Order: sequence, then C-alpha cells, then structure tokens
Amino acid sequence: MPRIAVFISQRLVKAVFVVLAIAVFNFFLVHAAPGDPAAVMAGEAGAADAKFVEQLRQQFGLDRPLYEQLGTYMGKVVQADLGYSYRQQRPVFDLLMDRLPVTLSLTLTSFVLALIGGVALGTLAAMRAGTWSDTAITVVGLTAYATPIFWIGLMLILLFSVNLGWLPAFGTESIGAGYTGWAALMDRVEHLVLPVVTLGLFYMAVYTRLTRASILEVRDMDFVKTARAKGLPEWRIVSVHILRNAILPVITVAGFQAGHLIGGSILIETVFALPGIGRLAFEAVLQRDYQVLLGIFLLTSVVVVIFNLLTDLIYSLVDPRIEVAP
Amino acid sequence: MTAAVITPSRRGSGFWRAFARNKGAVLGLAFLLLIVLMAIFADVLFPTSPWDMTAAPFEPPFSEDALLGSDTLGRDIAAGIAHGARVSLLIGLTSTAVAVLIGVCLGAVSGFYGGWVDDAVMRFTELFQTIPNFVLAVVLVAIFTPSLTSIVLAIAIVSWPPLARLARGEFMSLRSREFVQAAVTTGQSNLTIIWRQILPNSLSPIIVSASLMVATAILLESSLSFLGLGDPNLMSWGYMVGAARTVIRQAWWMSFFPGIAILLTVLALNLVGEGLNDALNPKLARKGRA
Repeated sequence: MPRIAVFISQRLVKAVFVVLAIAVFNFFLVHAAPGDPAAVMAGEAGAADAKFVEQLRQQFGLDRPLYEQLGTYMGKVVQADLGYSYRQQRPVFDLLMDRLPVTLSLTLTSFVLALIGGVALGTLAAMRAGTWSDTAITVVGLTAYATPIFWIGLMLILLFSVNLGWLPAFGTESIGAGYTGWAALMDRVEHLVLPVVTLGLFYMAVYTRLTRASILEVRDMDFVKTARAKGLPEWRIVSVHILRNAILPVITVAGFQAGHLIGGSILIETVFALPGIGRLAFEAVLQRDYQVLLGIFLLTSVVVVIFNLLTDLIYSLVDPRIEVAP
Repeated sequence: MTAAVITPSRRGSGFWRAFARNKGAVLGLAFLLLIVLMAIFADVLFPTSPWDMTAAPFEPPFSEDALLGSDTLGRDIAAGIAHGARVSLLIGLTSTAVAVLIGVCLGAVSGFYGGWVDDAVMRFTELFQTIPNFVLAVVLVAIFTPSLTSIVLAIAIVSWPPLARLARGEFMSLRSREFVQAAVTTGQSNLTIIWRQILPNSLSPIIVSASLMVATAILLESSLSFLGLGDPNLMSWGYMVGAARTVIRQAWWMSFFPGIAILLTVLALNLVGEGLNDALNPKLARKGRA
C-alpha cells in the first residue's frame, strides 16, 4: 500500500521536526533557569569553591558561545545522552529507561480502558437519549470530569484498601511475599487496578461526552435510515453504520490527549507510589534535579509524538476515505 | 442614540432567559457566587491565619474548635478551605486571562493574515499541543521556583493552544464576510478591523471556552500544589490534599474536604460554561442536544 507508506513517511518527517524543536526548547529552558548551571552542578556534586566551578564550566562547555552549546546539546540528544544526575549518581537516560515500563503499562492500560468504556457508555447514553440511563451517565460523567484525579485516587484507596481491604494501595507488587508464576502475575495485576481505574476514569468521562455528542449527530442521517429500512438488526446498525462514522472525532481527541494522560501519570504514580517516570518527576521536583526533570520532559514528548503517529495510523485504518493530508 | 441603549438591554434579558433555561447552569452560578463570597470574606469568617495552629492535631470533623477537623499540625481545615478559595479563584481567573490574551492574539493574526503567517503560527501551536501540558507546567514552575506569577504563567503557557485554534477559525470565517469587506473598502487599518470589527463578532465562543478554561486552570493549580509546587506563602486546596496524603489511613477528613471543595467549584464552573454555551451559541446548543 504505497499511499499509506507516503502518509506515514510524511508524518515521520514531521514527528522528527517536532522532537528536534522540543529539544531546542528544552535547551533554552535549561539556560533560562535562574542561577549559574555550573554553580548548581557544583552544589549538587557537593563542593562549590570557585576553582571547581570554573573547572566544571570548562568541562561542560558552559564558557562557549550559546549557539555552540546548542550544537553540542543537540548532538548529545541525538545520541540519547540526556546528561547526568548527580543526585542519583546515574546517567539520566538510564534512570528514565528503568522507569519507563511501569509508566507505559499504566498509561496504555488506562487509555484502552477509558476508550472502550467511554465509547460504550457514550453509545448507550446517545441511543437512549433523554431516558434515565442517559441522565445518569451524563451526571456521573460531569462529576468525573470535574474531580482532580489525585483526589479520586486517594478516595479509592480509602474505600477499597483502607475500609474494605480488597485491593493493595501502594507499589507494584507485594514486597517479600515471594509469589511465583501465576500468583506473581495476579499480584501485579491487583496492584495496577486502582491506579489504572483512577487515571482512566477522567478520560472515560471525556470520551463518553464526545461519543454521545458525535452519535447524536450521526444517528438520524439518511444512511442510518436506509440501514433500518433494509431491516438490519439494531446492534449491526449501531456498531457498523453509526459507530464507525461517529468514532472519528473521538479518535482525534484521544490522540491529542495522549500527552495529558502521561501528565496525569505524574499524579497517579505519586499517589500510588509506583516507581515510574511520574514518580521520578515528583522526586526530581522535590530535589530540584533539573537534569532529570528536563529529560522526563523530552522523553514524554517523544512518547506523545509516537502516540500521535499511531493515532494517525489507526485513523487511516478506521476511515479509508482519509486522503494523504499534510 | 436611544435605540443603541435599548438594544443591548433587550439582548441582555434574552440572554438571561436562555441561560436560566439550563437548570444546572443556574445551580452552578449560585454555588459559584457562594464560593466567591467565601473567598472575599475569608478574613472575616476565619480571622486567624490558616497556617496557625488553632486546635489539637488530628481533631475529627464536627469537634468543638474545628468544624471540618484539624490537620496534622492542628490547623483548621475549614479555615484552609475558605482561604484556599482565594488562591484557586485568583489563579484560575488570571491564568485564563493570560491564556486568552496569548491565544486570541496568535489566533487572530493567524486567521486574519493567512498564508505563511498562518502556517508559522499553526506549526507553533501544534508544537505546544504536542508537548504534554502538565509535564511542561511542572517543569516551568519547578525551574522558575513556585510563586503566584510563575504558576499563573505556567498554566497560561500550557492552556492557550485550543483558544488560538478557536480564534483562528472564527477570524478565518469572518474575514471574508461583507461587513469586513466594507471596512476594508472604507480604508480602516488592519488593526482596527481586527479589534473593532471581527473580534466583537467572534467573542461568544471565546467567552464560552474561557469559562471552561477557568475550571481546567483550577484543576491544574490544585495538581501543581498537590505535588508541592504551590506558592509556599498561600494556603491552597491542592496543597492541603497533598499534605494529608500520607496520613490518609488515620485521618480521611484532611484530604476529603479540600478535594470536595475543588470538585464542587470545578463542577460549578463547568455547568456555568455550558449555560453560557446555551445562551451565547443557541444554534450549536440545539445541535448538541438534538
């Protein structure tokens, strides 16, 4: 399929430019930070006499002109060198790679849950517009949309682990339980339930609203009437005729919101003490570890760009009418 | 002269009727007024600073010297909520104002001039839409040290792109209309046309989005202060939840009540925003309801 290939390569080129632009932005953020970076680094390394600061300045090229520093920085970013965290005594890139799997499993599961749940609830609400089930879904959606996710997380912990004792509240696995095989897997799944539901709930509300509005626009169109006149079963009309057309705006917004989801994982991982990127960000904030923070910023941007690429791909599969648009 | 005075007042009453038809919006507005009153009279209701110890630590709600309980340091939760309302509303409103300023300026220029200006501005906007917004807000506030100004600017910087797109769309569709062409023929400058002709006509969708953005801004502010990135001199709802996070097992009330305050305020703002949408964009509202 050459058309899809052209489409994807165009998107890839654009994605590379976006990542480069974000890296440049990142560079200027480092330099906009108040205080001399060499002095900050010296402080982090544990010594701050003038000679050492001067040596650091030379070592990191901070005495060079700005454009030269930018060049060096970009060269390093291309080689996946995001600097060194003196606080953690490790290269930032290694730190990030250690933490990435937890964050990805959290955000991806939440995303899938939110999308499936949101589309299902939105469809239900729209097909029964005006009835009590529509009202109930709308009210719950509005409330979930207005609730801070860190607070939902805390309240779910209060209910399901403190009061009812059904689910674990913290971490990714029971420490020292020594589970193996199936039990270990179930243990991990149990630990992910609350965080995933918390993160997913807000976005489920968003997708429910969107799906409902979108279906209300589509459901009275002529081709739906035709399908009904042909005597197709209702589930087929909804799933094939209505949903396939109504889901496009939902996918667009869902793609856009990938970034928000990753931002939300900072809060969720803080609440549930999950060792992911978000928790790392929280620790970096507490310790004012800018190198790590900026590395997280760059990495999450890259993840979002990849995610947007995937959305474009899914979009072109769901809707074959999509032209190869710039 | 008289006609010019009468017309807006008649439009005003129609606006109120349309707004009042949405029961949720009226309820939201009433609750919002309550919050505003609480913020204004916080010093009268709770004269002592919300940072001061006024009760024994870990007092449960409905105890004698703390209506909603006290926190780990004996600070009154109710006082914190009343004083925190100021911070939330202040940051919500000012950061939205800044975001509207950035977004509408960029969107107006982009939609009005079109061509390469439009291309450039839209690439810039897309870049900011790609960047994970909460991560950027955290990075900005952490680097420029938490203060009222840095928080407001960070929230504004991450929230303007949707407004820029909205304003661009409005300006693009309005700029080819007859009244704009008439203004061009009468020799008005571009700035006058943007400011006096097109902007007033594209205001209603911008107002609706801005009202919803205040709600998002309040959520963002509470998330930032939950992470410890609030202004250290100001009591805020997010900070209260964040500080009580570790004692959730012993003291649910410390995080429960501030969270409820955030939830209700944001809900009220969203309801008011929907009411404004019904009243200002009647065509759109009818379509949405179908």
